Amino acid sequence: MIITLIDIILLTFMGATAIAILRLRSLFAVVMLSGIYSLLAASMFVALDAVDVAFTEAAVGAGISTVLMMATLALTGERERPAAHTTWLPLAVVTVTGAALLYATFDMPPFGAADAPVNLHVAPRYLNDSFGEVGLPNVVTSVLASYRGYDTLGEVTVIFTAAVAVMILLGGRKGDDAGIKNEPPKEKLADNDGDGDTA
Amino acid sequence: MLQEILDHYNYWIAIMLMMVGFYTVVARGNLVKKIVGLNIFQTSVFLLYISMGKVTGGTAPILDERFTVYSNPIPHVLILTAIVVGVATTALGLALVVRIKESYGTIEEDELDLMDGET
Amino acid sequence: MKHHRVLRIVSKLLIPFIMLFALYVQFHGDFGPGGGFQAGVILASAFILYGLIFGLENARKVAPPAVVTRLVAAGVLIYAATGYAGLLKGGNFLDYGVLGATPVAGQHLGILIIEFGVGTTVAASMITIFFLFAGRER
Repeated sequence: MIITLIDIILLTFMGATAIAILRLRSLFAVVMLSGIYSLLAASMFVALDAVDVAFTEAAVGAGISTVLMMATLALTGERERPAAHTTWLPLAVVTVTGAALLYATFDMPPFGAADAPVNLHVAPRYLNDSFGEVGLPNVVTSVLASYRGYDTLGEVTVIFTAAVAVMILLGGRKGDDAGIKNEPPKEKLADNDGDGDTA
Repeated sequence: MLQEILDHYNYWIAIMLMMVGFYTVVARGNLVKKIVGLNIFQTSVFLLYISMGKVTGGTAPILDERFTVYSNPIPHVLILTAIVVGVATTALGLALVVRIKESYGTIEEDELDLMDGET
Repeated sequence: MKHHRVLRIVSKLLIPFIMLFALYVQFHGDFGPGGGFQAGVILASAFILYGLIFGLENARKVAPPAVVTRLVAAGVLIYAATGYAGLLKGGNFLDYGVLGATPVAGQHLGILIIEFGVGTTVAASMITIFFLFAGRER
């Protein structure tokens, strides 16, 4: 009963924070609230027994994301302008989508049911056999690193790719590409700034 | 009736959060706000997944002799990696925002549309 | 933020413990909550804190961007190499069972190595991304 109460309180806080994020115009406040939102989500994950996920969400969502967004705000400005166009069309789209999804939830198994299809497929095998096969008490690590190691290799590659993409976007000096556009083609090939490239 | 609400409360809040995030992405013109909206949307999906894996009376899936009922570890594995990939893609989106600001001088969607129309 | 003495001293005290905690999370992930993803982010946050308090220039001296950039790729390579080591030993790709004397010992070793690879890539990526954002002039 206490757990249910904690669930409901945390979820309500998350909803309130999300709506505050939607309504506020000061982007600084929005970024701070998104950090709080992540922390609430992390607490929620602990209540739902997903300790590994909660750990990650607390470190990533409340830590790194907030820092990156603050760095972006320092470069782009902190105020959001009020929207000039009408908002009834997005509101209608969102309402219809939300209603359809809500209707779908009535087909889902009740929250916490041990006999829900998702809990009957491979999960019992992992829980029963992983200790004998992999020898680790933490089933999440066994599945992540061993049973689904191929998936995780893919995820690590995605992070690698994202880092490379950010390097491409922000690695050069400011105004490098603008220089290319304005210079005549002959000078484009000369290494003017001495940094090893031809920009 | 109360049981019905308790059975689906997590899913409903997840969908509500998803729609708030969706609305932020569609209706707000500021690009940073859109990325925050995407993050809310993303977290709501995480919440939906983790809610489905919860087993009443279960504990975290770290094996110990004292427990017999564990929550489902598979959603945890999927979401754990999704969170870190999520921050990597958020960083990519923010990098694009920074570049747009440098090239156009604004990150408001309607002003960007206006400038693209002129040239 | 160089003139905030309280921030400077407190972060100086905290940073070693953050790094130690990252190592704990990295290598205790087999037994409790944790693993490469979380450890990488925590280790990166120690460098980010250092960069925020003591300035980007000093942070770049501690973690030279040239080295960090290579570590981003090194983590993925460590992971993939572990997979190929399984192939060379006669197993399947990413089958750690053949790496040790017994299948369980092999699994232990394989998971330790790939979690290290994951941690390296995640930490290096986050540090790189932070350096790039913070180093961008207005």
